Amino acid sequence: MMATATIRSGGPQRREGRLPLLLLMWLVGGLLSMVHFVDAYAADVFANDGLHDPQGPAFMELQRPAEALAVLPADTAGNKVLWVKALRDGLIKPRTNIMPETKIQILDMDIIFSNTGDNDFVRFPHRAHTEWLDCANCHEEIFKTKFGATPIKMSAILEGKFCGKCHGAVAFPLSECARCHSVKPASFRGQFGVQPVEKK
Amino acid sequence: MCNPLKKNKKQFSSLWSVLGIVLILMPFPSAMAEYADVILNKNAEKEGMRPVIYPHWFHRIRFRCKVCHHELGFKMQVGGNDITMANILDGKYCGMCHNDEVAWGLEHCHRCHSGLPGLPTSIKGGDKAGGPGDY
Ligand code: HEC
Ligand code: HEC
Ligand code: HEC
Ligand code: HEC
Ligand code: HEC
Ligand code: HEC
Repeated sequence: MMATATIRSGGPQRREGRLPLLLLMWLVGGLLSMVHFVDAYAADVFANDGLHDPQGPAFMELQRPAEALAVLPADTAGNKVLWVKALRDGLIKPRTNIMPETKIQILDMDIIFSNTGDNDFVRFPHRAHTEWLDCANCHEEIFKTKFGATPIKMSAILEGKFCGKCHGAVAFPLSECARCHSVKPASFRGQFGVQPVEKK
Repeated sequence: MCNPLKKNKKQFSSLWSVLGIVLILMPFPSAMAEYADVILNKNAEKEGMRPVIYPHWFHRIRFRCKVCHHELGFKMQVGGNDITMANILDGKYCGMCHNDEVAWGLEHCHRCHSGLPGLPTSIKGGDKAGGPGDY
């Protein structure tokens, strides 16, 4: 109340005089924001991601994601990288093992799931997965080694089980329905489950 | 006293200040944590160190999942491994690589202990999570 009264008593002249002041504030504000803009610190994703502490002594030693990821094939979700493509095109060469005796297994076998309600069928590619993962990452703990033996439900996936163990945590997120539900029932010919390996 | 023109002018100038404030604040990007970053903070903060940030994106460029989650035996469960500094110094978990051989050694405390105080052990992700932004 007091503040309002003071301003009122200032009269029209004082109020007029505030316009240049505000203009000045605006200019200074604009200038300041330009300074912020060139200041790498303010534009730094780590400075206000709610995760990194800018006071940390090694804050500037850490690599920012864009520097490494921007050169990889772009995606719209998750890390915004098409990881399968990045690997196949040889743009990244992640090690398969550290110990020389470890056995590396890749399996080329697609499985088509059909209990998808009104949604398109799901194609699960073993190859894309075993390029990253070992069989033991999925068998037998998450999935039985027999088509149809695991009671997979979308509700459980959304709770972080089955495919949702990785998708939604590290692999592309569950918002990307069509990437799993990728087979149109109308155009699908053949048997569900294990698909014959395509010949090139 | 209740001149409608004057009142308009006052609204006009407050519009200027609002614009000024918006301009000042605009360049601060409200960035998001990178997808799949893991925070490990069972004991770190209790014992006077910042929480640990483990970035999946950084490591998966260099190692396939199977290296950590099969060869080295990390369970795929945030908080599901007994990762302590003592174990790491014994050459387990992060210490299997951060040993001056596969990767830089454990003297660089703050590269791992880089998180904001107060963060719980968790993973940044979820089906709606975005990435680092525009690139
Ligand atoms: C399979 C080996 C391996 C394991 C296990 C591993 N790291 Fe790393 N880490 C690396 C390599 C290699 C680098 C890059 C080293 C370099 O730049 O010379 C790295 C770099 C890092 C960086 C720096 C990232 C940056 O921005 O430069 C952090 C932080 C990190 N690791 C944290 C961890 C933590 C925490 C753990 C355990 C939970 C862990 N690492 C386990 C291999 C590993
Ligand atoms: C990571 C792969 C994946 C993603 C992403 C995914 N689904 Fe599924 N979905 C499945 C699998 C696997 C099944 C089980 C199919 C079976 O058992 O035959 C399924 C089943 C379903 C079903 C059938 C009913 C049920 O409860 O099982 C519906 C409906 C469904 N999904 C909708 C969706 C929608 C909507 C989205 C996007 C928000 C989505 N799904 C994203 C893999 C996925
Ligand atoms: C990302 C998870 C994942 C990985 C990794 C994985 N699988 Fe599978 N596998 C599945 C799923 C899902 C099924 C279907 C299970 C069901 O329907 O109950 C399956 C089914 C199978 C089947 C049964 C096919 C049939 O005839 O019924 C075999 C055999 C198999 N996998 C072998 C392997 C081998 C060998 C590896 C490693 C080279 C491997 N899998 C890696 C997820 C995986
Ligand atoms: C153990 C972890 C894990 C599980 C479980 C898993 N995935 Fe994946 N999935 C991955 C990874 C890692 C990739 C590589 C792409 C990425 O990281 O975004 C991938 C990629 C994919 C792709 C893309 C393949 C391509 O060629 O681009 C599809 C489709 C897919 N997963 C479907 C499924 C379905 C359906 C299930 C469940 C039946 C499932 N995944 C379970 C880890 C997993
Ligand atoms: C350098 C080691 C390393 C690599 C490589 C790695 N991870 Fe992890 N992962 C970890 C660590 C450390 C944790 C956290 C474990 C803990 O909190 O005890 C973790 C946790 C997880 C979790 C659990 C998430 C949850 O919600 O609980 C999943 C799923 C996972 N990783 C999947 C993957 C996939 C898929 C890949 C390959 C694309 C991968 N990881 C590559 C080290 C690694
Ligand atoms: C390669 C990554 C890495 C480096 C380097 C590292 N730490 Fe840790 N540290 C961890 C992880 C992971 C934990 C477990 C976090 C948790 O859940 O509390 C941890 C935990 C701790 C804890 C909590 C108590 C305990 O035993 O778990 C202390 C204290 C600690 N570290 C001190 C240090 C100091 C001091 C250094 C430097 C000499 C250091 N750390 C270097 C990863 C690292």
